[in-house]
Amino acid sequence: MATQASTQPFRIGISGQVLDDLRARLHRTRRIRVLDGGSWQGGSDPDYLDELLAYWRDEYDWRRHERELNQLSQFVTHIDDARLHYIHEPGFGVRSVPVLLLHGWPDSFLRYRAVIPLLAGADNDCADDLTCDVVVPSLPGFAFTGQIGSPADIPSIKYSAQLLHRLMTEVLGYEQFVVAGGDGGSAIAQSMAIQFPESVYGIHLTDIGWHDHGDTLTPIEQKYVAVIKRKFMEDGAYAAVHMAQPRALAASLNDSPAGLASWIVDRCHSWCDTPRHLEQSFSKDEMLTNITIYWITQTIQSSIYGYLAEARQPSLGKDDRVECPVGLALFPRDMAVPPRRLAERTLNIARWTEMPAGGHFGAWERPAEFAADLKGFVIAVTDPLAQRAFDGHRARKAI
Amino acid sequence: MDIARARPFEIRVDEWLLADLDVRLANTRLPPLQGPQDWDAGASPVYLRGLLEYWRNHYDWRAEEARLNRLGQFRAEVRGAEIHFIHERARNHTGKRPPLPLILTHGFPDSFTRFLKLIPMLTDPAAHGGQAEDAFDVVVPSLPWCAFSRERRHSSGLFGVNDIWHALMTEVLGYERFGAHGGDWGSTITEHLARSHANSVIGIHLTDVPFWHSLKVPDDLKPGEREYVDQVQQFQMKEGAYAMIQGRKPQTLADGLNDSPIGLAAWLTEKFQRWSDCDGDLDSRFTKNEMLTNAMVYWVTGSIGGAFMPYFDVLNAGPPRWIAEAVKQKIGSDEVPAGFAIFPKDLSHPPREWAERFFNVQRWTEFKKGGHFAAMEQPEMLAADIREFFRPLRSEQ
Repeated sequence: MATQASTQPFRIGISGQVLDDLRARLHRTRRIRVLDGGSWQGGSDPDYLDELLAYWRDEYDWRRHERELNQLSQFVTHIDDARLHYIHEPGFGVRSVPVLLLHGWPDSFLRYRAVIPLLAGADNDCADDLTCDVVVPSLPGFAFTGQIGSPADIPSIKYSAQLLHRLMTEVLGYEQFVVAGGDGGSAIAQSMAIQFPESVYGIHLTDIGWHDHGDTLTPIEQKYVAVIKRKFMEDGAYAAVHMAQPRALAASLNDSPAGLASWIVDRCHSWCDTPRHLEQSFSKDEMLTNITIYWITQTIQSSIYGYLAEARQPSLGKDDRVECPVGLALFPRDMAVPPRRLAERTLNIARWTEMPAGGHFGAWERPAEFAADLKGFVIAVTDPLAQRAFDGHRARKAI
Repeated sequence: MDIARARPFEIRVDEWLLADLDVRLANTRLPPLQGPQDWDAGASPVYLRGLLEYWRNHYDWRAEEARLNRLGQFRAEVRGAEIHFIHERARNHTGKRPPLPLILTHGFPDSFTRFLKLIPMLTDPAAHGGQAEDAFDVVVPSLPWCAFSRERRHSSGLFGVNDIWHALMTEVLGYERFGAHGGDWGSTITEHLARSHANSVIGIHLTDVPFWHSLKVPDDLKPGEREYVDQVQQFQMKEGAYAMIQGRKPQTLADGLNDSPIGLAAWLTEKFQRWSDCDGDLDSRFTKNEMLTNAMVYWVTGSIGGAFMPYFDVLNAGPPRWIAEAVKQKIGSDEVPAGFAIFPKDLSHPPREWAERFFNVQRWTEFKKGGHFAAMEQPEMLAADIREFFRPLRSEQ
C-alpha cells in the first residue's frame, strides 16, 4: 500500500551538463540526404529536419519551457518498485469527477497540456458546473516515470493498467473515475476497464486500439481491416521495428538527437491533421519540447518496449470486451474511422462522435473540441453518481 | 583495362573524421540496461558495451585501412556512376587458358569487405589448397551507392546495376566473357546480369535463390517448395521489419545511424548475429575487427542510406517496372549455367526444384555449416565450390 509519505511534489530540473551535451551534439550532427528528391518521400523531409535541428540548436529555449511545465502541479509516487510521475490538477467546480488521461507514443503528458485547464475549469467562472480532477501520468516507460520494474522486465499494458489503477485508488483515494486515452493510452484504458470494472465509470477513447477479431468479420469490417493493413504496410514500418528489434534502433536514437527528432517528427507528420503544413498542427517548440523530454530522460528505448511486449503477449485477448460505457471521439485524420459495428464487438459504445477536424493526436491538436466531447461523456456516465464520488474523495482526504 | 577510365584508388580517411569519431565514441550514450540481455530484442547490450570498449581502446582504423589498401583498388566512371572496385589478378596461374574473370557482388548489411577472405583463395588457389589452373581474376565492386562508390541518386536503381557491372567488366576492364557470384542483393544483381547479358556471362554462382521469385507463387508447388515458400513468408512476417523501414523510411532511419557510430554498429551487427551460423555468439564467428571495419566503411563514407537503396527500389517499383522485369524474365536468357551453394543457417533453404524453375542449375551443393555470410564464415568451402562450378565452364571463355 502506498503511503502519503511516498508521494512528493515534483519539479523538472535538468542539469546544465545534460543541456550542454545536447547542444554539443547538435553542433556536430552529421546530416545525410538519402534520396534526390527530398520532401517526405523517404521519411522525414531532410530540409525540414535541417531547419528544425538548427532551431533546436540556436533558438529553442528549454529553460523557458521547463519553467512553464513546472506551473503544472506534478508529483512522483512510489508503488512497489515503480516510481510514477504524474500531474494532478483538482477541479474548480462544486462537483468534480476524477479523470485519468493516458497519452501514447511518441507523445507524452504534453498531449493533454492544453486540455488540463479546460477540464479542471480554471478558466470557468461557473463554479457550480461539473469539472474534472485531472490526473495525467507519464506512462510506465515514458518521460519522468521512465523505466519501471526490474531490469529484466518489459512492462506490459496489462501491468501498466494495474499500476495506474493503484495510483488512482491507493495513492489518490478515488473510488471511481473516468479514463481517457488514445494510441497506447487507449489500450491501457481498455485494460483498466476490463480488469477493474468496479472502479471505472466509463472510458473515452480516440481510437479503438487493436484487437484480434478472428475470421467472423462482415464485408464492411473486412474492408476496414484491409485498409488498416494496407496503411501498416505503407507507414507502419516504425511499429514493426519497435516490435522486432527495438534495441537495434534505440542504440542510435539514444545517442543522436537528430536521429531521435527525425524518428518522432516523421510520426507527427504522418499522423497530424495538416501534413502539408506540419506547423499548423504543431509548432517547432511544441515538437521539440516533446522530443527534448525523450532525450533528457533517455526513455526512447523503454517507451518503445511496449510494442515488443504486446507483440509477444497481447494484453487484450480475443474474448476481452469492455462492458462499461465507452465514448469514442474519432478524429478524421487518425488512421481510419472504424465501422461502428466493429467497434461494438469489443466495446460497449455509449457515445460516438466523429470530430470535424484533427489527427492521431486529437487531444493535442484540438484541445477545445476534445475537452468538450470528453466532458459531455463524463457528465453522461457520472450523473447522478458524480456527487457521491466527489464526496467520497473529499472524505478520504480529510482523514 | 581502360587506364583512362579506371583510376587507382587508395582509402585515406581524413584525420578530422577520425578525431570526430573519437569524440562521438567517448560521449556515447548507450540506452539504459533494461529487458533481456540477449539479442532477442535487437542488439545485445552486453555485446554493444564490449564492442564500444574495443572500438575506443583497441580498434585501429589506420591499420585496417593499410590492410585494405594492399588490395588493388580502383574507381571508374561507369554509366554515370563512380564505381569503386577491387581488381585482383590471378597469381601463380598455369593452364592453357587465361584466368577466368569473376565479379563478386555483396549485399546487406555487408559491403565489399564480405569478400576479403575469399579473394586470395580465388586469385591464388594453389596457395590455398587448390589447383593453379582454377585461378580467377577477381573484381569486387561496391554497390553504386555504398562505401567508396558514388552515385548521388540512381536513374535505374537496383534494376540497373547489372548494366553498370557489365560495362565495368567489358568496357573498363576489357573482359569479353566472365563469371559472376553473389549473395543477398548480390544474387539478385547477378541473376539480372545473366539474363540481360547472357553472351558475356559464362556462369553464375549464388548462395540463395533471389527472394523475389517467391512473390509470385506458382500453383504446382512440390512439398519441399511449399515448405520453402512458407519459410520465406514467415521470415518476412517475423524478421522483415528491417526491410520495411529501410525501404519505406530510409531517410528517417539513416538520420540516426549516420549520426551515431554505436547506433550504426548496433543496426548492422544485429543482422550478422541473426543470420550467421554463430549459435547465438557473434564473437565465435566474427571478430570485432571484422564487424567494425564493415561498419566503418559505411561510417567514413556516410553512405548507410545507400545500403537501403535496393529496399527502397523494390518497395517503390511501380507496375511499369515489374512489367519490364517480367518481360526481361521472359525474353532474357535462362540458359546461363547456374551453381548454388546453400548454407544451413542462411535465411531460407530453397529445394533444388525451386531453383530449377528459374535457372539452368548445373551444380547444387548443400553444406553442413555456414550462414548468410558464407564468404566470411566458410570462405574455404565456398571458394572450393566456386572453383569446381566454374572448372567445366572455363572452356567457354
